[in-house]
Amino acid sequence: MIRINGEELELDQISLKEYLDGNGYDARRIAVECNETIVPKSQFDRFLLHAGDVVEIVSFVGGG
Amino acid sequence: MKNDTFKLGGKEFSSRFILGSGKYSLELIKAAVENAGAEIITLAVRRTNTKDTENILDYIPDNVTLLPNTSGARDAAEAVRIARMARELGCGNFVKIEIMKDGKYLLPDNVETVKATQILSDEGFVVLPYMYPDLYTARDLQRAGAAAVMPLASPIGSNKGLATKEFIQILIDEIDLPIIVDAGIGKPSQACEAMEMGAAAIMSNTAIATARDIPAMAGAFKDAINAGRRAYLAGLGRVLERGAEASDPLTGFLRD
Repeated sequence: MIRINGEELELDQISLKEYLDGNGYDARRIAVECNETIVPKSQFDRFLLHAGDVVEIVSFVGGG
Repeated sequence: MKNDTFKLGGKEFSSRFILGSGKYSLELIKAAVENAGAEIITLAVRRTNTKDTENILDYIPDNVTLLPNTSGARDAAEAVRIARMARELGCGNFVKIEIMKDGKYLLPDNVETVKATQILSDEGFVVLPYMYPDLYTARDLQRAGAAAVMPLASPIGSNKGLATKEFIQILIDEIDLPIIVDAGIGKPSQACEAMEMGAAAIMSNTAIATARDIPAMAGAFKDAINAGRRAYLAGLGRVLERGAEASDPLTGFLRD
């Protein structure tokens, strides 16, 4: 199981890029953190997600 | 007024109105920014689960500096994480630190805010900490590398105005950093008053977002902030302790 934005997902040995592309994310508009460490955009394609990883995918929204 | 600018992180700004982007529709952001004359706009960072093609960045004019906040952070460590993600979003290194433990009054935690300011300014961020107006904390923030200090006027979103006026004045008088009054300013007159006191800028979101006509209110705040700034630069007239002082000559009356 991999936890992405609080949701447990049945994924294994998938690259971050594969996951993001497969789910329609626009890489220019997001930032990704895995186990509390930023994953630079340049590493998305070779960054593999593993069981137990905790991933956060964020973007900008309106705020004060 | 032409050369009346202020600096944050090496960038020079002539607008003294920092606009929030929360609680109103994306379609109104461009008009609000234009009417406000804003050169800085705040944003929040949130999980994105959707595949929405709508993104707030598509609605913000390119020449506007983005000021992401760390709202949602409950301590310094969480604020640092959010700030790093904000920077990774690729829109600069400005950050407004916002750390709250209290969900009822949404008051900032000054102690955690100083810690986060130290860490993030060491990492090269331009740090603008939102804080409860306390002189000692403001000094600590300055030592920690803050680019400005953002004291609250009254609780976030309350539109109650300058409840902390006396303490903000102390910061303006004693702290050698831009003092940007943030949170609680509800009316243009209150923004004007803070500027007359010598604030460097005003940050406002709810007063605009809850107005009947959002772009028009953004324009009203712009005018009030400019008026307050000009009054501050002109030097306010003195206030008499008691009694009166005629404005007219005290000679040549039609008598005697």
